[in-house]
Amino acid sequence: MRPLDDVAQDQLRKDIPEFRAGDTVRVHVRVVDWRETRKGLEKRERVQVFEGVVIARHNNGISSTFTVRKISNGVGVERIFPLHSPMIEKIEVVRRGRVRRAKLYYLRERVGKAARIRERR
Amino acid sequence: MALGVIARKAGMTQVFAEDGTVIPVTVLEVEPCKVVLVKRKETDGYDAAQVGYGKAPKRVPRPLAGHFAKHGCEPMRGLKEFRLDPGEEVQPGQELTAALFSEGQRVDVSGRTKGRGFAGVMKRWNFAGQRASHGAEKVHRQMGSTGQCQDPGRVFPGKKMPGRYGNERVTVQNLVVVRVDAEKNRILVKGAVPGPRGGLVEVRPAVKGAGR
Repeated sequence: MRPLDDVAQDQLRKDIPEFRAGDTVRVHVRVVDWRETRKGLEKRERVQVFEGVVIARHNNGISSTFTVRKISNGVGVERIFPLHSPMIEKIEVVRRGRVRRAKLYYLRERVGKAARIRERR
Repeated sequence: MALGVIARKAGMTQVFAEDGTVIPVTVLEVEPCKVVLVKRKETDGYDAAQVGYGKAPKRVPRPLAGHFAKHGCEPMRGLKEFRLDPGEEVQPGQELTAALFSEGQRVDVSGRTKGRGFAGVMKRWNFAGQRASHGAEKVHRQMGSTGQCQDPGRVFPGKKMPGRYGNERVTVQNLVVVRVDAEKNRILVKGAVPGPRGGLVEVRPAVKGAGR
């Protein structure tokens, strides 16, 4: 354990499934909407799902993040999530992929068939 | 003016707020602190608390050892003073810990910045430097003009130029205390604090704003 790892130890999440670059995941994210009503601002929480391929994982204790890439309406969208964020409701691993490197940034230059990833058994 | 503590900068990390936002924090490990002597206006000309901090080195200099002995204290690493308001109650011998602060409170943190040696004008004063191409030769990181021509015929005092940078006392004001860990004697403060990891800093309640 590195010197500062115990600072946010209690905030580390233990319910995160194991996944790595190349896997397809479904991230359930809590989204907070503020609505204007007659009573003032009303807080409303809902869960949004972001599904795509994990193209990078950055492991650094509480600061760990992972990047998910998906193609939405023909446009590539990448989202970086803090792995231990309380805003993540849950992470589902949909498919495990077999890849030969840790960061799949090469997927950004590929579309369609070329961007396929073999399944891992 | 109020009593503070001496702490060691352990480094920076992050914590999550309840709404999921990431707060960058500096971890300050409070040194063992003890009020050695209370100075009063009547006797010393000003109000202050002299605070000893840290574990004593193997050999304490004789004058310092004598000073601690005179005031009935174990020798410590060093002494620092915190100015007090007139009439502020402080007892000699009082131990100062992280519990002096509370979450949400604003604090001022003073420390000695990292020494950067003889630094150029781009690092020291954030000058823009000069062009990378278009005929620029050997001047890419130099300053431009230092002033006008024959009138005034001199460089004005205070002109920003290269020189020694860092290794000076800097205070960062109004940092929010994110968490107080009384058990580990540790304070988490939002934002950055001057100095290297392991450097000593002073933490005091904020002078300005709603911190008091």
